[in-house]
Amino acid sequence: MSRYHVNCTINGDEVDYLCDPTQSLLDVLRDELEMTGTKEGCATGDCGACSVMVDGVLVCSCLALGAEMNGKTIETIEGMAKGEELHPLQRIFIEKIALQCGICTPGLLIASKALLERNPDPSEEEIRFWLAGNLCRCTGYNNIVDAVQAAAKEMRGA
Amino acid sequence: MGRAPTPWGTMIKYEPKVLNIVGGKPADRPDAVDKVTGRARYAADINLPGQLVGKVLRSPHAHANLISIDTSESLKLPGVKAVITRDDFDDLENEYAASGELTINFKDVTRNMIAREKVLYDGHPVAAVAATSEAIAKKALKLIKVEYEVLPHVINVVDAMKPDAPVLHDHMFTKGIDPAPTKPSNIALRMTSKLGDVEEGFKKADVIIEREYNTAATHQGYIEPHASVANYTDGGTAEVWTGTQGHFVFRAQIAKLLGMDISKVKVTPCELGGGFGGKNNVYLEPLAVKLSQIARRPVKMVMTRDEVFRASGPTSGTNVKVKMGATKDGKITAAYAEMNYQAGAFAGSSLGLAAITVFTRYDLENVLVIGHDVVCNRPKVAAYRAPGAPMIAFGVEGVMDELAEALKIDPIEIRLRNAAKEGTQTHFGPKLGRIGYIETLERAKVSEHMKQPLGPNQGRGIATGFWFTLGMETSATININEDGSASLIYGTVDVTGGMRAAFSMIVAEELGIPVEKVRAVPSDTTSLGFNFMTAGSRGTTAGSMAAVTATRKAIARMCEIAARKWEVEPDQVVWENGHARPAGANVGDFEPMSVAQLAKEASWFGGTIAGHAEINVVNQGPGFGTHIVDVEVDRQTGAVKVLRYSIIQDAGKAVFPEFVKGQWHGGAVQGIGMALNEEYIYNDKGQLVNPGFLDYRVPVASDVPHINAEIVEVPNPNHPYGVRGVGEVPIIPPIAAIANAIHDATGVRMYEQPMSPPRVLAALDAAAPKMAAE
Repeated sequence: MSRYHVNCTINGDEVDYLCDPTQSLLDVLRDELEMTGTKEGCATGDCGACSVMVDGVLVCSCLALGAEMNGKTIETIEGMAKGEELHPLQRIFIEKIALQCGICTPGLLIASKALLERNPDPSEEEIRFWLAGNLCRCTGYNNIVDAVQAAAKEMRGA
Repeated sequence: MGRAPTPWGTMIKYEPKVLNIVGGKPADRPDAVDKVTGRARYAADINLPGQLVGKVLRSPHAHANLISIDTSESLKLPGVKAVITRDDFDDLENEYAASGELTINFKDVTRNMIAREKVLYDGHPVAAVAATSEAIAKKALKLIKVEYEVLPHVINVVDAMKPDAPVLHDHMFTKGIDPAPTKPSNIALRMTSKLGDVEEGFKKADVIIEREYNTAATHQGYIEPHASVANYTDGGTAEVWTGTQGHFVFRAQIAKLLGMDISKVKVTPCELGGGFGGKNNVYLEPLAVKLSQIARRPVKMVMTRDEVFRASGPTSGTNVKVKMGATKDGKITAAYAEMNYQAGAFAGSSLGLAAITVFTRYDLENVLVIGHDVVCNRPKVAAYRAPGAPMIAFGVEGVMDELAEALKIDPIEIRLRNAAKEGTQTHFGPKLGRIGYIETLERAKVSEHMKQPLGPNQGRGIATGFWFTLGMETSATININEDGSASLIYGTVDVTGGMRAAFSMIVAEELGIPVEKVRAVPSDTTSLGFNFMTAGSRGTTAGSMAAVTATRKAIARMCEIAARKWEVEPDQVVWENGHARPAGANVGDFEPMSVAQLAKEASWFGGTIAGHAEINVVNQGPGFGTHIVDVEVDRQTGAVKVLRYSIIQDAGKAVFPEFVKGQWHGGAVQGIGMALNEEYIYNDKGQLVNPGFLDYRVPVASDVPHINAEIVEVPNPNHPYGVRGVGEVPIIPPIAAIANAIHDATGVRMYEQPMSPPRVLAALDAAAPKMAAE
C-alpha cells in the first residue's frame, strides 16, 4: 500500500508525515506523530474525545483522513498552552474541578475554545448544547459548564 | 460479595481536632496540569520500541460449541508474529478470589479471557493475534477458521430461570438449595437473608404494597476503552502497563492465568480514563503477555468501543419483587424482596451486594431477602458503582413512595419515621455505627429545592441510598526527602485525580508542613506491598489510613533523630506543628526542629527518614444520601426532562469538598442516564445491537441540569479524620427518585428501567382510560 506524503501546520509548526490512505487524522496524530494528547474514545464520532481544529473548524479527528490534511492548519491540545502559561480555559478547568479522570478533557477544552471563539458570551444552555458532542462520564458536566462560563467572563475582560 | 470481613486489622479511631489543611482547597492537583495539556499518560498512550499490535477475534454467536479453530492460514500472513487460542493456556480449576466488590472464580476467568469449550456471548474472545500493523492484524483475524455449533441462547433473566431454558453450563447445580438439585440450571445460587418474622410483620400492617420491577443491563461507559501494553522479557518477566483500578490484583490474576510466579509480573497502572468498577477485571492483559511471550516483542492491545460494550462488564439487568407493609402511622412492619440478578455468562453478579443494601436505610424488625444469581448469554457482569444497588433501590424506594401515598404521609417524613440510625440491626449481620442518614433527610426537608414551585406536567420525587465502605489490604510509604519535602507512594489507584490531592492534604496535616511540600506518587507493583483495588469507595478512606500510619512512623523516626541530637530519650520528644519539640521544660532547652532541619541532620543521627504502612483496614463507615429531583413529562412523546436535581449526602469529613461534590454530580448523572436512556438491547440472535455511544446513549451536557450538592458531615468513628467513602452512594437513588417524580407529575407509576420515551408513553397511554374514568 503506497503511503501519502502530507505537509501541514500543527500548532504553528510545519509538519510532514507519511500515512496510509485508511488512517484517520487521529491515527496520524497518535501513531505517526506521537501526539497522544488527543484521545480516542469511540472512533465513530460520537464521544468528542478526539476533537481538534482543522482550518478553524471543530472536527472529530477520528472522522477525518490523515491524507486529506495537505496544506491544512491543525490545532490540538498540545498547542493550547503557551509554554508554561495555561490558556484561561485550561487554568479554570483545574480551578473549578471540571475534570476528574481527564480522558475527555483535551476534547472538551478544544471544543470549549471553539465555542468561545464564535460566541464570547454563551448562556448555560448554549454551552450545554455546544458541548453535547463531548461525552464526560465523571463530572456530570456541572463544573465543566461553570468553568466555560467563568473562562468566557475572564476572556471578555468582564 | 467480596471476601468476608476479617477481624484482624487496623482501625484508627476518629480524633476530633482542629484541621488546617484538610477540608480546604489544595493549591493544585498533582495530575491536573498534565491532564489539561494532553501530557497525562493513559495506557493507550504508551508505546514501546518494536511494539506489535494485538487484536482479538470475537464470537458472533450468543451461544455455541467451539468445535475447532484453525489458525494455520493466519500464521502464514507476512507480518503476523503470534496467534493464540485456548490451546495456549492451561485450564484452571475452581478457585475463588476477591476482585473489586465481586468474587471471581479462576475457572471462569480463564474461560472469559478466551473461550474453551463454548462461546457464551456475542463478543466472547476466541483467538488473538499480534502483527506488525493494525491492518495486518485485522486481516489475520479474518484468516482464522472457527467452526461453531450454534446452540439456543437465553438473554433475559426471567427466561434464563425457566426449567426449559437453554443451559449454559452443564456443571451448574444451584447452590443454596437443600437437597441439592440433580439437574443443572442457569441459577448459580439461591441466597436467603432474614431478620425476625415477615409473616408476623405483615399481619401487623394496615397497608401492604407489593410490586415487580425490571431493569436493563447498563454499562459503566468510561470514555477510555480498555488498553494494555505487555512486554515479556527474555529473562522471563512480564511487564504490563494498563488501565486498572487495582494493579496488585491484576498482577495476581495475570500470574494465575499464565502460570507464572507473582514475582515475575510487574504491573504499572497508567492514568485511568474512567473505571466505575469496570476496570476491576483483566481482559486484554493476559492475552497481551502471552502474545508478547510468543512473538518476543512488546504487544499493545486497545479495545474498540464496540468491543468495550460487547465484551467488558455491564452491570446486572434484574427482575425484582418488593413487598412492604406499614401501620397507619407509617411504621414499617415487614419488608420482603426477591432479587433475580443477571450474572452474564459466568456466575457471580452483584446480588450479594444488593442483598446488603436492599433495606439498609431503614430500622426494620422483620426482613426476608431471597436472591438468585442467574447466568445468561451476555458478557460477564462487572462491578458498576454501588454494584447491584440502584436497581433494588428503584424497587424499595418506589414501594416506600407508594406506602407514603397510600398513608398520606410526606415521603421524607415516612423515611424519617423508619430511618436507620446508630444501633440499627441490619438483616445481614452487623449493627450500624454512627451514621448520618437522618441528617440528610432533615436537610432535604428544609432545602431550597423543596420550596421551588412546580408547573403543569412537572413533579418532584425523592429517594435515598446507602453504601458501605470497603477496607482491605492497603500499603503506603512516605519518604521525607533530604530537603524536607515529602513523597508519599500510595497503592490505591487514583481513579479520578482527587485522591492524590486528598492524600497530600492529609500527609501535610499530619506533618504540619504546607501541602505544596507533599507529593503523592502512584506505585507500581514492585514499590509497595499488596494493595487491594480501588473499589467499594475505599480508595481515599483506606488509602489515607495507610498514609496516616506511614506518616506517623516517619514522625516517630524524626522524633528519634531529634532525641539523638539532643541526647535525650525518644519519648521525651513530641511532634507539634511540623516540629520536634522537647516534651517538657525538664527535658532541656532545645530549639524545636522543623521537618527540613531534621531531614538535613538525618544522616548524622540515624539516616534516611521514611515510614511504611502495610495495614488491613477493617473500618465500616457507611455513607447515606438523599436525592430530590424535579422532572417534566412530555405527554406527547413520553420524554422526561430533569429540571432540578439535589444531592444531600453524609461525607463523614470531606477532605477535598469541591471534589467530593464533583464525585456526586458524576454519580447522579450516571444514575440519570440509567433512569432515562441507557440499556443493552439484543436482537433475536442474541447479538448486542447498540454497541456504540450513538445508540447506547449516555447523558450529554444538554440532557442534564445544574446539580446541587450539599455536604453533611457526621464523622466516621473508624477513621482518624472521620472520612467516609463518598463515590458510590450518588448513583443509587436517581432511578427511584425519577420514577417517583414521574408519578408526581403524571399519576403514573413506572416499573421498568430505563424510563425511555416509548416506555413512558406506553405507560401514560395505558393509564389514560383509567384516569379518565376516575
